[in-house]
Amino acid sequence: MRRSLQEVRLLARDPVLLVLVVVIMASLLVFVVYPLVLVLLQAFRTPDGFGLDNFELIAQRRLYRNALRNSLVVGAVVGVCSVVLGYIAAYVMTRTDAPLKRLFHNLTILPIVSPPFAGAISILFLFGFNGIITRHLLGLDNFSIYGFGGVVASQIFTFTPIAYLSLRGVLAGINPTLEDAALNVGASRSQVFWRVVFPLSLPGVASAFLVVLIESMADFGNPLVLAGAAFPMLAPQAYLEITGSFNLARGAMLAAVLLVPSVTAFAIQRYYINKRQYVTVTGKPTASTSKSVSPAAKWALFAVVALFGLIVIAFYGVILLGASTAVWGFDYSVTLRHFRYVFEVGWDTVKDTVIVAVLSTPISGVLGMLIAFLVVRRRFPGKGGMEFMSILNFAVPGTVAGIGYILAFNGPPLILTGTLAILVLNFVFRYVPVGIQSGIAVLRQIDPSIEEAAQNLGADGITTFRKVTLPLIAPAFFSGLVFGFVRAMTAISAAIFLVSANWNLMTVQILNQVGSGRLGVAAAFSVVLLLIVLAAIGIISLIVGRRAEAASTVRFG
Amino acid sequence: MAIDLKLVRLRKEFAGHDGGAPVVAVDDVDLAIEKGAMVTLLGPSGCGKTTLLRMIAGFEEPTSGEVWFGQRRVDRLAPNARDTAMVFQSYAIFPHLNVYENVAFGLRMQRMDKATAKRRVDEVLDLVGLTAMAHRAPSQLSGGQQQRVALARCIVLEPHVLLFDEPLSNLDAKLREQMRVEIRELQQRLGITSVYVTHDQTEAMALSDVVVVMNSGRIEQVAHPAEIYARPANRFVADFIGRANFLGGAVVDARTVEVAGRRLALSAETPIAAHTTVTLVARPEAIDLSPAGDDVGDGLPGSITRAMFLGDHAEYLVAVPGVGDVLVVRSNPSQTGMLEPGSAVVVNPGPLHALPPGV
Repeated sequence: MRRSLQEVRLLARDPVLLVLVVVIMASLLVFVVYPLVLVLLQAFRTPDGFGLDNFELIAQRRLYRNALRNSLVVGAVVGVCSVVLGYIAAYVMTRTDAPLKRLFHNLTILPIVSPPFAGAISILFLFGFNGIITRHLLGLDNFSIYGFGGVVASQIFTFTPIAYLSLRGVLAGINPTLEDAALNVGASRSQVFWRVVFPLSLPGVASAFLVVLIESMADFGNPLVLAGAAFPMLAPQAYLEITGSFNLARGAMLAAVLLVPSVTAFAIQRYYINKRQYVTVTGKPTASTSKSVSPAAKWALFAVVALFGLIVIAFYGVILLGASTAVWGFDYSVTLRHFRYVFEVGWDTVKDTVIVAVLSTPISGVLGMLIAFLVVRRRFPGKGGMEFMSILNFAVPGTVAGIGYILAFNGPPLILTGTLAILVLNFVFRYVPVGIQSGIAVLRQIDPSIEEAAQNLGADGITTFRKVTLPLIAPAFFSGLVFGFVRAMTAISAAIFLVSANWNLMTVQILNQVGSGRLGVAAAFSVVLLLIVLAAIGIISLIVGRRAEAASTVRFG
Repeated sequence: MAIDLKLVRLRKEFAGHDGGAPVVAVDDVDLAIEKGAMVTLLGPSGCGKTTLLRMIAGFEEPTSGEVWFGQRRVDRLAPNARDTAMVFQSYAIFPHLNVYENVAFGLRMQRMDKATAKRRVDEVLDLVGLTAMAHRAPSQLSGGQQQRVALARCIVLEPHVLLFDEPLSNLDAKLREQMRVEIRELQQRLGITSVYVTHDQTEAMALSDVVVVMNSGRIEQVAHPAEIYARPANRFVADFIGRANFLGGAVVDARTVEVAGRRLALSAETPIAAHTTVTLVARPEAIDLSPAGDDVGDGLPGSITRAMFLGDHAEYLVAVPGVGDVLVVRSNPSQTGMLEPGSAVVVNPGPLHALPPGV
């Protein structure tokens, strides 16, 4: 008590900072916590008060029971497969001298920058009723890709890059001298891997698995396209309850059920496993000697990476083909009709999507950096609460957040439904954790005495942030922007609840077109979306490249 | 001289781990520093010297007590309102600003007009010899030059108090000695009251008007460097500053003590009553060592157990019956020759300093 009083007094020395803390706290409460609380309240609501009635439906109705089981099983299977693939790719990239590493790195992470269900569309082109492979190559007439296999395949394609990126960081952080030391004391190559490298990377493996599990359970687009009616899953089912049957209570109940495993996995990942990471971040890249991998193993692993790369090429190639083919499966003549549709009928949607992303990305980025600055460098009561609230959205599936926003902002006191604001606010607070995480990571590397020096020389808290902290974290800020922009352009699960006739998004359009069987238009939308994202990444990295050059040569502390 | 910086019963407690008892980093420290003085806070790591400095700068909030700059009480002011300037251990140079902008940063915060600011910055850059480097990025500077930027950035503000947090610990030995001289000369020329934290006693000796020896959050002694060395207040100070032999003895009279049955002289009159048992400090380099058999008066006989040649001096460990092992340092051994281990010698401790009993 005495300590928080003292902290308030310290903060009150810097009135701007105090106001900022209060404003951020208030907006986190309104735009993160409040919608979530409403979802939970709605889920427990019964005709006469509150109770578990809605949840009893899970026991009573096979549909819901299956949805829960399917989501969990798919999440686990995708988690294992993506981690294995991601681990192999990360190992090849960090521990071998395999050829074309740069190219395969970029291919492996390409699915991250496309809509999260681009893979699903490709799978339809290749394995659907009119798929090239299933129908034309194999001549199968009654093969159905819908269901478990289809969802798992498209999710592995979508989430392997995430596992790869996080495991790459883990493996790069394990000092190769440890492997040299093990070889030196007589361990064989396989012993070096199984007794040294693998145990050291185990916390990272567990962490990557949980992240993929969370993403898979929260995924909306792939199941909606590929699950089919016979294979219900939680996220699309919650959506169907609300938009199809207008049953908010059941939708909220399914969302609440979805929330439990997600939040649990997130809590384990963040508060248990991450404290057990052996990785020492020295910022000093240590060169791998590449002696711990035999040539045979190297080429075998490389084959896996190359295969994944080829699949990525095939999937995007097929989308490009599909977008310029008249009628897939029947008439393979080249046409620009689908693109014309995008630019004529769908142009407003393209514009809306870009406006929403361009507005929400910088706001989210600045807010993220500010919160990171406050959390790492300042002491104030409720700091832990602020950090928790602001990263909560990592764990909250988009479907849950979307339902929460409908519940929260559909009526007084704050009516936002159908506006641009509701989309922007949702995106800002959904993707702010990304900015916070990268901001925290960079700030921890910057000697705090640099900021103390600024204060010592007469700068107040906000001036210090503006003149010293912000320029130093600019590269992280901009790469956070890239990620935020990509997420904003490709988001679907929360957005699908919030779009309206006035403000529509390309991802929602793509799903609608797939739903009405116009795969060509869906593919054309996907291509345009991907091009916009790649162009934005190019522009931002041009800016960052110039800035980073100035800052990266500097020794921090 | 007027008192310029005053600490009154200044105390800092940090919360203990897992709700344990609070850790006292600075324990009710009183200190008064005259205007223009260079004061070093000297002590082993964890003694509270850096916390004390950070409380003066305002980066740590005192648990209790007061900090006064002249007639102004500052302990409740934010760091940016205190009129101190600090040279950080890591220099803390703004990596995104060039040398000139770094030095001008504080003046810009004061909203000083550009022309005056430029004149002041140019003057200071000239003073530290960085005029030619004004537009370089910090990453293009050597360690010593970065150090000078950090210093220039502080003195350009003409602050009320200049603070140094182990500023030389990242430099190599040669450069450290050179910067030590430069800092001392600049400080004396500008006459800014300065507080300098270090764990390096040589640095403290070379730099300061007053040395404050700290241990476990408390001040052990405040005195001029020579005084600290010659007349340490207690065993901790004697041991921490330089090297010391501690001999047991008894006071005979104000100028004489008895050690192992021999009467030896004290360096100064002691107020300690006769017959009191005391600990005596004998500095290794003040002890005279001669081969046995020479005419050595009242010396203590012993034999060498260890001899080490160290270039400019030699170290001997001498076993003296009734006293224990005595460390002796003899200079210029390549001229005077080494004594062999095992040889019988006579040790003559020279003037001894008697520590007050009970410390």
